[in-house]
Amino acid sequence: MKEAQLARGFFLVLGGRVTDLVTRLGDMALLAWQAFYYALKRPYELRALVQQMDHIGVKSVAICGVAAVFTGLVLALQTTYGLARFGAKAYVGIVVSLSMVRELGPVLTALLVGGRVGSGITAELGAMKVTEQIDAMRALGANHIKKLVVPRVLSIMLVLPLLTVMANGLGIYGGMLISQHEFHVEPHLYMSTIWRNLTLADLLSGLGKTVVFGFLIGIVGCYNGLEVSGGTEGIGRATTKTVVTSAILILISDFFLTKFFWWLESLA
Amino acid sequence: MINAIELQRLYKAFDDQQVLRGLDLAIEVGEILTILGGSGTGKSVLLRMMIGLFKPDAGRILVEGEDIVPLSEDTLLKVRRKVGMLFQGAALFDSLTVEENVAFPLREHTRMTAAEIRDRVGEVLALVGMAGTEDKYPAGLSGGMRKRVGLARAIALTPRIVLYDEPTTGLDPRNVDKINELITDLRAKLQVTSVVVTHDLQSAFRISDRVALLADGRIAGTGSPAEIAKSEIPQVQEFLAGHL
Repeated sequence: MKEAQLARGFFLVLGGRVTDLVTRLGDMALLAWQAFYYALKRPYELRALVQQMDHIGVKSVAICGVAAVFTGLVLALQTTYGLARFGAKAYVGIVVSLSMVRELGPVLTALLVGGRVGSGITAELGAMKVTEQIDAMRALGANHIKKLVVPRVLSIMLVLPLLTVMANGLGIYGGMLISQHEFHVEPHLYMSTIWRNLTLADLLSGLGKTVVFGFLIGIVGCYNGLEVSGGTEGIGRATTKTVVTSAILILISDFFLTKFFWWLESLA
Repeated sequence: MINAIELQRLYKAFDDQQVLRGLDLAIEVGEILTILGGSGTGKSVLLRMMIGLFKPDAGRILVEGEDIVPLSEDTLLKVRRKVGMLFQGAALFDSLTVEENVAFPLREHTRMTAAEIRDRVGEVLALVGMAGTEDKYPAGLSGGMRKRVGLARAIALTPRIVLYDEPTTGLDPRNVDKINELITDLRAKLQVTSVVVTHDLQSAFRISDRVALLADGRIAGTGSPAEIAKSEIPQVQEFLAGHL
């Protein structure tokens, strides 16, 4: 009898969680669809888009730059250490660049932007929600999805690839510096292995991922902001949720996107 | 004559809580109608429904004869041009200046030039006694000033109906008088229909043509302030005695 009650309780909780998850995913998909619809509908909010690109992009340059340089440094240290065992340290350049361009540059930049910008969007929209500013916007006859969600999602999708290009460059440069100073790999040798082996497909597969990552960060950030309830405490909970959800989604989607781009490259 | 707003058999529930239970109410053109009710009785929900911010579970909401319940968000945006709303906390956009706040609906719905918009903003700010505050941010304004700017923004497009959500809550007696004066002045100057939601009895009796009491999800009684004061309806008496 007791076991039956325990099992019932377990399935009730499990059912509740699953229902909640499915509802959230459905609502998020609906928001994504609305954002897509209003992004195509005139008039375009170009001013808001540029403002958001400045807000999101320029202010993320420093954090992404520092992370990329140090990732390049560590990557080159570890890689050269390993390659030296096989007398292949001359190839450190291509290994570092491939890792940066295909994987670390896009994923690290997305994780950092997801943490910094995604949570910022949630806090901003959440504060607007609890102070009735979103209701006021609707009451004034403006569409809040078009005014608030579209510029934010689009700007992250546009800015993230640019930040990733910068991160790739800085990471590779950092790798070059440490290879030269610690392992005496000449910069021209380091760079020549990159020029000879790195392809445009490598670069594009990495940048292609960032567009999807940007979309996920934007939608998750906006969704959690618009769903805030319970005042300032609710805003705190929502920002944490955004950081965790966007990080998980970036890491999971990274696997499938990598598979997808491999498949695309095999067709070419 | 068509009513400004007509609510027919409205039902609304949030989770397990039934807020409205078949509410009927007609608001005549040009009148100031105050909806009274205790906290949590659904007054603000009702006001938001009149502008389509919430949809009822059942019932019809006619704004100047047009049922807004089945309308999509895009179509509702056009209906909302006819209706202005002052929110309880004024809900000014805090990243915009007073001028940008008041100009927001003008930029959104009209093809006015920048100079025309500036003139119109100055005009409505003067109407609410806030001339000269154009460059200030909402954070630098007092509660009463914010409400007046919120009201300027609500009337910038010269709506035919203005909804007031708890306009005097949280204000000192001087500002309460100012806001009450503004509500009656705007009706006189712009001939707008005004719907005020409040639990401030004194203000309601001072400014209203008619008062309606919301209790148990329905309108328990309506009438002029004098009629309501003498009403024998038990819920009205209980409210007036401060028990609801």
